[in-house]
Amino acid sequence: MRITQNFRHYLRAFLLTELIRGLAVTSRHLFARKITVRYPEEKTPQSPRFRGLHALRRYPNGEERCIACKLCEAVCPAACITIDSYERPDGTRRTSLYDIDLFKCIYCGFCEEACPVDAVVLTRIYEFHYEKRGDNVIHKEQLLGIGDRLEAQIAADRAADAPYR
Amino acid sequence: MSANEKAVVPPASDTVTIEVDGRKLQAKKGSMVIQATDAAGIYIPRFCYHAKLPIAANCRMCLVEVEKAPKPMPACATPVAEGMKVFTRSEKARESQKAVMEFLLLNHPLDCPICDQGGECPLQDQALGYGKDDSRYDEAKRVVPDKDIGPLIATFMTRCIHCTRCVRFGQELAGVMEFGALGRGEHTEIRTFLDRSVNSEISGNVIDICPVGALTSKPFQYKARPWELDHHASIAPHDCVGSNIDVQTLRGKVMRVLPRVNESINECWLSDRDRFSYEALNSEERLRVPMIRRNGQWEEVDWRTALDFTVQGLRNVVERHGPDALGALASPIATLEEFYLLAKLVRALGSNNVDHRLRQLDFSDDDRAPLYPALGLTIPELETLDAVLLIGANPRKDQPLLGLRLRKAARRGAAVMAINPLDYDFTHRLAAQVIGKPEEMYAAAAEVVKALGQMGHTAVGEASWIDALSPRPEAERIAQALMQANKKAVLLGPFALGHPQAAGLRAAAQRIAARANATLGVLAEGNSAGAWVAGCVPHRGPLGQPADRGRDTVAMLNEPRKAYLLYGVDPELDVLDGALAAKAMEAAEFVVMASSFKPSVYRSGAIGYAHVLLPLAPFAETAGSFVNTEGRVQRFEAAVKLYGEARPGWKILRVLGDLLGAAGFQYGSLDEVRAELGVPSLFKPTALEAGGAAAPLHTPLADGQLYRIAEVPLYAVDPLVRRAPALQDTADNPRPAARMNASDIKRLNLEPGAAVVVRTVMGEARLQVQTDARVPEGCVLIAAGYPETAMLGAHGPASVVRT
Repeated sequence: MRITQNFRHYLRAFLLTELIRGLAVTSRHLFARKITVRYPEEKTPQSPRFRGLHALRRYPNGEERCIACKLCEAVCPAACITIDSYERPDGTRRTSLYDIDLFKCIYCGFCEEACPVDAVVLTRIYEFHYEKRGDNVIHKEQLLGIGDRLEAQIAADRAADAPYR
Repeated sequence: MSANEKAVVPPASDTVTIEVDGRKLQAKKGSMVIQATDAAGIYIPRFCYHAKLPIAANCRMCLVEVEKAPKPMPACATPVAEGMKVFTRSEKARESQKAVMEFLLLNHPLDCPICDQGGECPLQDQALGYGKDDSRYDEAKRVVPDKDIGPLIATFMTRCIHCTRCVRFGQELAGVMEFGALGRGEHTEIRTFLDRSVNSEISGNVIDICPVGALTSKPFQYKARPWELDHHASIAPHDCVGSNIDVQTLRGKVMRVLPRVNESINECWLSDRDRFSYEALNSEERLRVPMIRRNGQWEEVDWRTALDFTVQGLRNVVERHGPDALGALASPIATLEEFYLLAKLVRALGSNNVDHRLRQLDFSDDDRAPLYPALGLTIPELETLDAVLLIGANPRKDQPLLGLRLRKAARRGAAVMAINPLDYDFTHRLAAQVIGKPEEMYAAAAEVVKALGQMGHTAVGEASWIDALSPRPEAERIAQALMQANKKAVLLGPFALGHPQAAGLRAAAQRIAARANATLGVLAEGNSAGAWVAGCVPHRGPLGQPADRGRDTVAMLNEPRKAYLLYGVDPELDVLDGALAAKAMEAAEFVVMASSFKPSVYRSGAIGYAHVLLPLAPFAETAGSFVNTEGRVQRFEAAVKLYGEARPGWKILRVLGDLLGAAGFQYGSLDEVRAELGVPSLFKPTALEAGGAAAPLHTPLADGQLYRIAEVPLYAVDPLVRRAPALQDTADNPRPAARMNASDIKRLNLEPGAAVVVRTVMGEARLQVQTDARVPEGCVLIAAGYPETAMLGAHGPASVVRT
């Protein structure tokens, strides 16, 4: 046994089979179609389930969806959501403050899962930066603004994922 | 629940043995299965059952399987029997619980996300624990219109599951049938009769007992979620009960106050005043920074400047006019430690003019006074009384939770009697009652003394004027009821303490109590007991030690001092004779106000006469102790951090003491203050010494004059309550008016709603006439504690003239 093992070992070593196998991989990739994404000119495709920057949605009639139930605040494992609620003069329950600290957020999407009215959602936005300390906390108006801007996409994504929910 | 948890295991002859889920339990004969399982810690779901309410068995959630019973039985209405075998989690029990839950949820809306009960909702919890995951109900849900039942309780009647806890609470405890179930079956609605508002002084408790979100707190509506609130154990300051409260805060702000269960004080209830007064803590009127008035201009300054200014001002007055020119008035809702330090500070400056009894007029029996105004009983003992004589007391409104206990006694058959200035609306039958103006009350009390003397066949041996009385039938009836009863008490209320001849009334009450062998109890305001033991009275030091006699409240104001130290006091509103207080303040050279609130032009003239405003932390922001009417010392810690630059009172007084060069103000902590004062956990009550009863003073009324009764309604008693908006909007806090009975209105040729000018020796007020059948003949009830009526002074003759 021992002798045959040694023999095979030497045979492999002298015939450079490992080197050739390695080169074969290299040459295969040399001629294969490239998958490098030249960001930012090019971008990777995203799933409809992509979890990026948050947004607050509105109903088609322009009424904000959020009813200040605070379930997202409660479920958030990073405790990055801060909500203050009040009774709007029309008697409905609304938020007077809806802040998300993006430094704390881990983009788990639990807030979206918890939301009973599909108000808070994670959008496909992943490119954002802050220039000042404090900018990392985004407020209700900004969140509603993102929602307004991306509503078509947000709605399409939710519809695409609906069969699996 | 907890009532049963604490119950001792009764002797064997009184118990039966039952088996629940294979566990053998001892249960009291005649008790219900659910009481036995609660005591043993076995949970059975329920909605309508509440340990403090009578059993209704209408929600059917507590169905359990009982061996040999053909159908599942409701645990709350099934009495235990020897050898009974109960299964709470068997297949049959579970199936029936699930079925009941499905029915309960038929019409219950799925609006948990916007429901304030969400997170502390028994229906939510039990639907999860005992319900099905699905409903077979596809039809339309019924919708019930919401009712407006006042400023304290918000209603969402579609959520109601008709457990009738609120109905039973009104019937059994509050004593006013405010809620009722109208209609049958699908059309059943919980509503108030004729859509009236809910006006009970303990109405807030229905918010706690409602197992769904049908009745929720209006001031708290949509403010926060129960799971995010921090809990802080505290003590309510507004009455002498010392209710245990749970101050719930969110991000450093008090969001709501709920009761903490303490069977020997407040059980699981809380008066509306204690529950909703927290709104004042977040009031826009809060004083944020110290302010001083220099050359007629108010400026916001830092503490150092304000304190230096204060010290300079006080020193100036003391140097120029002597220490006796300084007077200090404290609010009865201050803490024990604050009272102690304030009295110590004033005495260290050489003055003895310190008092907290702002609504008293007669101080002539101060030397005979007990250590502190005590109930003389424990609070639960009130329930066991057989006869109670209330003198100038309306516990239902003034100490709502004591009123609750007295109602329980009355329902048991106790004879509750009253000698009152007004025909108060009690929630129980009165065995006898005398209604009259203060001198009439005094005469009636003296007649009871005489009647008791006649009954006991002892020589009356009283002041000759009492001997000369011939008791009216009511007085004899009161005397008789007191003599016949086993356990009895005579209770003096806040009105009796503020009586123009309070000393005489007290002496008469003491005699009644002594002759009838009853307990004499005093129901003073707020933490008055703490003020007495801390020495915040002009004639006594801490723990009742003798001190050089200083001036009491009235003397301090009648002979105006040059400097005043006002501790949490709005002089015009907190002093019964507001006009006198305002005059004295305006005449003073230097007025220091430690206050939680900015002076408002509406409420007081402080902006014109005060020189320094020191922001004082109210009870939720400071630590301290309150002494309740039993003498029980209850400590509490701050629930929230200080608002703005406000500081705890004991720290302000400590620094002031230090800066004024007084010795012994180097306290490092509140415990050092307590140790110096020597605070036990319970102050033993002492008795009022017997003393002479002066003949009643007759107030002569000129032609067309009425006797003005200055009563302080429950939502005007202290600066906090006065700034709690929801409480101010309640029916218990009507706008001040000239209230007279119909015959007086007719005699004066007025009509209800007429605009009148009321004039007293002190000043005048423009008010409306209102009919009030409670007011005795020849009197006009004009509430004190309101800016509109402050200038009228205290009780006395008043002319009511049409404008």
